[in-house]
Parts: sequence; structure tokens; C-alpha cells
Amino acid sequence: MKPFVDPPVIPVDGRPEHPDDLPLSIHDLTVAYHRKPVIWDIELNIPEGKLVGVVGPNGAGKSTLLKACLDLVPKTSGEVKIYGESYKKQRSLIGYVPQRESVDWDFPVSALDVVAMGTYRKIGWFKWVGKAQKKLACEALDRVGIAHLGDRQISQLSGGQQQRVFLARALAQDAKVYFMDEPFAAVDAATEQAIVALLKELNKAGKTCLVVHHDLATVKRYFDWLVLLNMRVVASGPTAEIFTKDNLQKTYGGKLSLLDDVAEALRHVGR
Amino acid sequence: MLRRAILVILLLGAGSASAGQVDWPEAGLVWKVFTLQDYNTRQVVISTILLGVTAGLVGTFLLLRRRSLMGDALSHATFPGIGAAFVVMILLGGTGRSLPGLLVGATVTGLLGVLLVMAIRNTTRLKDDAAMGIVLSVFFGVGVALIQMVKDMPQAGPAGLNDFIYGTAASMIRSDFLLILVVAIGTCLVSLLLLKELTLLCFDESFAASQGWPTVRLDIVLLTIVTAVTVIGLQAVGLVLIIAFLIIPATAARFWTQRLGWMLTLSAIIGGVSGWLGASLSALVRDLPTGAVIVLVAAAIFLVSMLFGRGRGVVPRGLRHARLRRKVGRQHLLRAVYEIVESGQPDVAEPVRNLPITFEALLAHRSWSAAQVGGLLRTARAEDHLENTEPGSVRLSEAGFGEASRVTRNHRLWELYLIRYADIAPSHVDRDADLVEHVLDAEVVSQLESELQDRPSSLEVPPSPHFINHPSPEVS
Repeated sequence: MKPFVDPPVIPVDGRPEHPDDLPLSIHDLTVAYHRKPVIWDIELNIPEGKLVGVVGPNGAGKSTLLKACLDLVPKTSGEVKIYGESYKKQRSLIGYVPQRESVDWDFPVSALDVVAMGTYRKIGWFKWVGKAQKKLACEALDRVGIAHLGDRQISQLSGGQQQRVFLARALAQDAKVYFMDEPFAAVDAATEQAIVALLKELNKAGKTCLVVHHDLATVKRYFDWLVLLNMRVVASGPTAEIFTKDNLQKTYGGKLSLLDDVAEALRHVGR
Repeated sequence: MLRRAILVILLLGAGSASAGQVDWPEAGLVWKVFTLQDYNTRQVVISTILLGVTAGLVGTFLLLRRRSLMGDALSHATFPGIGAAFVVMILLGGTGRSLPGLLVGATVTGLLGVLLVMAIRNTTRLKDDAAMGIVLSVFFGVGVALIQMVKDMPQAGPAGLNDFIYGTAASMIRSDFLLILVVAIGTCLVSLLLLKELTLLCFDESFAASQGWPTVRLDIVLLTIVTAVTVIGLQAVGLVLIIAFLIIPATAARFWTQRLGWMLTLSAIIGGVSGWLGASLSALVRDLPTGAVIVLVAAAIFLVSMLFGRGRGVVPRGLRHARLRRKVGRQHLLRAVYEIVESGQPDVAEPVRNLPITFEALLAHRSWSAAQVGGLLRTARAEDHLENTEPGSVRLSEAGFGEASRVTRNHRLWELYLIRYADIAPSHVDRDADLVEHVLDAEVVSQLESELQDRPSSLEVPPSPHFINHPSPEVS
């Protein structure tokens, strides 16, 4: 691991001095489904080149936060800026890894076909996928370690392999900022290691990754920046400063069934 | 020769479909109709072939987008449009029979119905199926009422609008034919041009939206081409059955392939063939409704696909299961015999020697019935795994014993692996190992070997890691 460099001081609430330099800057964001708010008053500034874990209990609005950033759910109020501009203008900078269960894996396409979808925007309207895009897709599959499975129909892949296909598709998007919704959910140990390695690689290349995560035990090892979320942003900042017993209690507070998880996580912190 | 054979088949088909009517068309005419040489029916047959190809393509996307029922709501919602267009055209002084006019009406109310379904879904808490049920029946009801009223209009006469419900291809003038031709080809072109966009929409809508594709507009395009197919299919297939023409070719194609490109191709071919055979048959036999015959032909293709489809057909899958079951049975039997022989051997360090055992010992070893064991033994004998011995005792052949030690070894390697790496208690490991070991291939076994390399003499059968229950050991 590289030595930890102190990040520029960015106030968690209140606006930074140069929001244009930030890969993600959220101001006053509220999202409601059927008039019931899911996330409230989100103020968030993410510095460039961070591996960011978005952590919180079930129903905390982690996925909703990601979707609101990507314009996939309507915002009730507030704004999201990607490098100082609206998402619409900065789409080409974004890579997205949706939750694995969000699609039908019985769909009649191969792993390579799915990965090639990452290049569709660059291909543009009406043209079909060509050799160049297939080659890009092959390379992306190779980076997640399953180049040999390109021809497989996607239902014949294991859960972990499916997750890697989704990651490869995001890689094929060749983005600067990656949004990943629970990439570690229900994957095997080998896949988890492959994903971690990939995240570190992206991190080294200066990319910013926002990763919804739910395993408190691994937070400290995987991420150098942390957003603790429970409908509001409880805390956001360098993992070393933010991942404290106090903050975790605030995030998971009131959910007694989770206390054991927290206690477990704190034991890991103590190590 | 071939020509005569085809003629006989087609005639038989036509004959059985007409169910005993004495109305047999002559062979020459049959040949001419099916080969598109008969002037009277050529237009009808060509237009239904094109319609089938288009419906096959569009239906594939409709199916993958899981909007099959939307197509049904749409087709029923076209009915009031037909009636309304008829009334309007008569009021404007026309005959009311112009196909383009009727189809415009159908398109308008069809799309209206779809929009209403979406509106109901988005503004109330009703789900898709309820919204579609409401729209489908209400629109169809309005259509029936309208047509009834039209019938009583003095100028109208027998309007023949009811033909749109079940479809009849008999009456088709040149301009109607051209209209269907143009719309069908246009629809095919749109679905091929938007191949990649529609694929993405069907597979992963939110990813498509995150990339900036206008998913709502793409959805509308999809529903529009579905509407186009429905509307031009109204005359030949009818609004009740057009949904079958959209869905059946696509579902049949899915049984044969795992690739979208092939699925589209096959679906288009199946649609085209159904249209061709169905329209030809119904043109030859009086009173045979076109739509119904087309759907029956498509359904026959579907049935064959469902049974014999290479990828997911019932028969190939059944055969695969049966093969696996046979394999599992064989492996269980061989391992049981091996374990019984092994337990009868006093010295654990000695290599296990092949000895005969009693039928009773085998029966008691696992929870098998006598009939089951009998069946397993018969199969094993057929596979030369058993030697002939006196009744009541069982002895493995040389090949059988080799196979038995291999099977037992795999089982125990797998058990050891589970105990060591999967945290399964030794007393539970047998059942879990059972489920998986039968699908272990050579590659996995060699991986297991290297994982468990630190064990001494890894090429032999390791001792069982758990207690094996032997009520009665073997005879020797």
C-alpha cells in the first residue's frame, strides 16, 4: 500500500473552494419515492483519485444516492456536479456497475456481448458492434481475469463471474469516475480479491471509484475515503479519521440487530 | 419426385385441416399457391410471409423486454379505432372500406390504449397486469359496441369489420398489399438499425439510461414498431391472434439458441414459414380462417422446438438428466460395494482386495429398496462392472473394481476438501459430498489432489474421514 497522503481539507458540509476540480460534488440533494424521503439534504464532496466506500445500514439510501448521481431517479431537490458540470454533460466520464440482480441473466447474450455494451455510447446510433469494440471488450474481460469465458452465455457463469462481467463492462466505458453498486455482494473469495486488485489498479491510474459496500470488516482495508450514510451523510472523509466507533454508532444507531455486526467490525478496527 | 412428395404432404395437411370437407383443391393449384405462382393468392401469401418475418423480429424484442401482454392490450385496443374510422369515413362521404383509413384509426386507438396502460401504472398503485386487463377489455368492449352500431347504419350494409377480429386474407387489393409491404419492410429496417440500442434497453435499462440513451423514447419506438406489425397484421391474422404471431416465433427460437443474433434470425424464419404455410393452406381450403391457420402452424413449430430444441428443449434436457441419474446410480453402487469390501478387511494398511459380498449387505448399506438395487445391478452388469457369481452375492469385475476405487477416491478427496476448507462437520460431510462429486471432472480432481497434497500416499484411496455404517460385512 502506498503511504497515506493527507487529502486537501474539504469541509463536509458547506461548499469547497474549487468544486470544478472535484469528480463528485453534491449539494442539498433530497430524493423521495411516493413523497417518502429516501435521502435528505446530502452534502458531499469527493476528492479526485480516491477509493470511496459508501457504507450504511439496509435502507440507508446507498443505491439511491448512486442512482441520483447518475440521473436514474428523479431528484426532489438539490444538484449533483461531476467535475463542475451536470451529469448530462459529463456522461462520457462515468462508468457504472449496477447491482447484479438488476438484470435477467437468462438473456441470450454472451459475456463478451455484455462487456461490449460499455462501448455502445462511443459507437453511436444505428451502427452495430464492430471488431474494434470486440477487441476492447476482450481486453476488459482479460483485466478482470475471465478472458477465457467471453463466449459463454451469461446464465452459465457463476455469480462472481457475472459480477466480473459487469466490472469489465464498466472498464470498457473507459471512464474517470466509477460508480459501483454492491460489487462485493455474494461473490466468491477469488472474485472479491480480483475486484479489490482492480480497484487498486484504477486507484493507481488516478480514477475515482464510488463503491456501495456493506461489509464493515473490510472497509478499512479496501477504501481510503469513506461516506457513512443513513438517509443523511453521517460523516465523510478519510477512512482513518471517519471509521470510528462513534460515527458507526451514529450510522447504525437504533438498529439493535446490527449492533453485533458493529461490534464485530470494531474488533477488526482495533487490530 | 421431390415435387410430388411435397404435394402429397401439403395436400394431406390441407385435407386434414378441412376435416372431411369434399372441397379438395386440385394438385396443380396447390403447387401454384405454395410456390407463389397463383395470381389470386400471391399477394396474400407474400404479405403474410413478410408479416411473419417482421413479427418474428419485433416479437423477439417484445419478449425480451417482457412486454408480451402489452402487445395483447395493444391489439385489442385497435378495435374501437377500426369502428370509429369506418364511421368517420362514411360521414365524410366515402365507403368506409378503405384499408389505410381503417388502419390509421386502429393505430390511433392502439397507441392510446398503450399510453393509458402506462398512465394507469404510473399514477395509481395498480400493477401492469391489472392495467392491461382493464384497457384490453374496455377498449375491446367499446369496439364491439361501435361495430354493432355501425351495422345498423343504413349506408353501411354488411361491413365485414368483424373480419378484423379473426382475420381473413381473402380480400386484398393491390394498394393494400403495397401498404403492408412498405410498413413491414420499414419496421424490419427500424428494428435492425436499432439492434444494439433495443438489445441494451431490453437487457439493462438503467445502464442504458446511465450511458445517456433515451430509454423512454426507445421504449416508445419499440411499442410503435409493435403497433405497426399489429396494425398491418389486423387484416390477415386478426386482432385476437396477432399476439400469438408476435410471441410464438420468438419463444420457439429461444429453445434453439443462446445468442440474440440467431434468435432474431430463427424467429424471423419461423414467423415467415408460419405465414407462408398458414396463408397458403387457408387460401386453398374454403372457410379456413387465415389467422387461426397461421397461428396453428406457428404453434406446431413451437411444439417441436419445445420438445427437441437443441439448447433448452424438453427431450435433450431430459436425456441429459437421465444420463446424470444413471451415472450417479452407478457411482453410488460401486462406492457402496467398495466400502463394504473395504470394511471387511482386517488390516487397514493393506491395499483393498476385490472380494464378493452379499446382496443383503449391499441392501443394508444405503437406504435402497430391493428393486432399486436390482436395477442398479442390472445396469452395472450391462456395463461389465460385475462378474457372474451365484445368486445372492455380488462381485465386481476388474474394470468395475478399478472404477469403484476411482469413484470412492474422488468422493473422499472431495469430503476432505469440504472438511478442511468449507468448515463442514465430518458427520455431515457425506451428504454434501454426494451432491457434487458426480460432476467432478478430471481437472477438478487434479486440483483437489494438489490442494490435499500434504496427505501421504495421495494416489491411493484415502480412508473415509467419517464413520461408515456397516450392518453386516461381506462374505469371504
